[in-house]
Amino acid sequence: MKPAPFEYKAPDSIEETLTLLRADGSDAKLLAGGQSLVPAMNFRVVQPGILIDLNRVGELNYLRQENQDLRIGAMTRERRLEFDPLIPKWFPLLAEAMPHVAHPQIRNRGTLGGSLANADPAAELPVIMLALEARLKACSARGERWVDAHDFFSGMFTTDLAPDEMLVEILLPAMQPYTGWSFMEVAPRAGDYALMGVAALVTLDENGVCKQARLVYLNAGDGPVDAKDAASILKGQIPGDNTIEAAADSASQKEINPFGNIHASADFQRHLARVLTRKALKQAVTRASQDHLQ
Amino acid sequence: MTQLHPVALKVNEVSYQRQVEARLLLSDFLRHELGLTGTHVGCEHGVCGACTILFDGQSMRSCLIFAVQANGHSIMTVEGLASAHSGRMEEGLHPLQQAFWEAHGLQCGYCTPGILMTMIPFLEQNPNPTEDEIRHALSGNLCRCTGYQHIVDAVKLAAEKMR
Repeated sequence: MKPAPFEYKAPDSIEETLTLLRADGSDAKLLAGGQSLVPAMNFRVVQPGILIDLNRVGELNYLRQENQDLRIGAMTRERRLEFDPLIPKWFPLLAEAMPHVAHPQIRNRGTLGGSLANADPAAELPVIMLALEARLKACSARGERWVDAHDFFSGMFTTDLAPDEMLVEILLPAMQPYTGWSFMEVAPRAGDYALMGVAALVTLDENGVCKQARLVYLNAGDGPVDAKDAASILKGQIPGDNTIEAAADSASQKEINPFGNIHASADFQRHLARVLTRKALKQAVTRASQDHLQ
Repeated sequence: MTQLHPVALKVNEVSYQRQVEARLLLSDFLRHELGLTGTHVGCEHGVCGACTILFDGQSMRSCLIFAVQANGHSIMTVEGLASAHSGRMEEGLHPLQQAFWEAHGLQCGYCTPGILMTMIPFLEQNPNPTEDEIRHALSGNLCRCTGYQHIVDAVKLAAEKMR
């Protein structure tokens, strides 16, 4: 058998899960969709003493709109994010990224909460959550708290969650009117880990001046990388070619920190970031001139 | 002493009950416990797609699911394709299998069961797919014999047969 032996628990409520985590948190791993954890267990890179399977916790599987915010249970399958009609209407950036998240067979099983808690710097969903300023609800037997996506990802495969905590809900605040979006990545083959990728959001006022912008990169550092200087270059400007070039230069040359790998040197990753930023910003600006809800 | 967990599930409409170790993968369960060796294992870490099965009707990697997690669920493997179509094994091949035969969609055949099980829900949801859509849907299945041209041709032919 591939994985090392472990004790298997399959709770059917959040409360039961938190009790298990309180007792054995540091020796336990939570199993969500398993699309990253099970490969690591098959290689025996990860050998949890206790595996707590969340697939029977039905109360973690939901996607609903409240006011204009979207509340998503941590065990909601990626497939649902791909196909639910609420997503392209209200969060077109997320809809655009979903087909890039691994392969259909993986999205059928993988979950939003699992991808976020795994915090792979090359993953799309942490980048999208940061761009959309998601808020994440963490629960433990001690209580619950909300964490901004910005504070949730603390490093390579590392999050702000304590050993006795679990991610329960993701809240996406509604996108501003007249916000344009774009998600682009370059991968050797569809569904593979991308060499570089960017999520761009641009909000324009009635005169076409940029009120707000955000650029977040994948595979560009220890976690999702928020290029704040590039965003402030755009702010207050009508984003034409020169402004976009300056933002692309700042993000790709100064703000991201790609490591390089056997498929792409760090220089090539920076080159990709520059080209993708340019293209994504142009697309986002074009889209921003029309309200995404009209 | 290794703890065993009960698993009661349906595979290709047949009910099975077994006691398994929690770390037994669904792929190995199908092959070793049930003798359904049509589900192939390639990379065993979710990259190659050879072990793709239908889990409650959706394509998934059986090497990334523990057998114990299939308790109460319904699985379909490549062995169930022909009878799912005709009701009887001896009636011959599913039109998807027939199309792979006619369009030379396989050489060694190792990747074929995973590709077939990926394409079943894809063609149900996309009865008239473009070549781009087919290639995207096939992106999670690796074939090391050929290029993918004949596989794409076979899926196109299957779409015609199944419409």
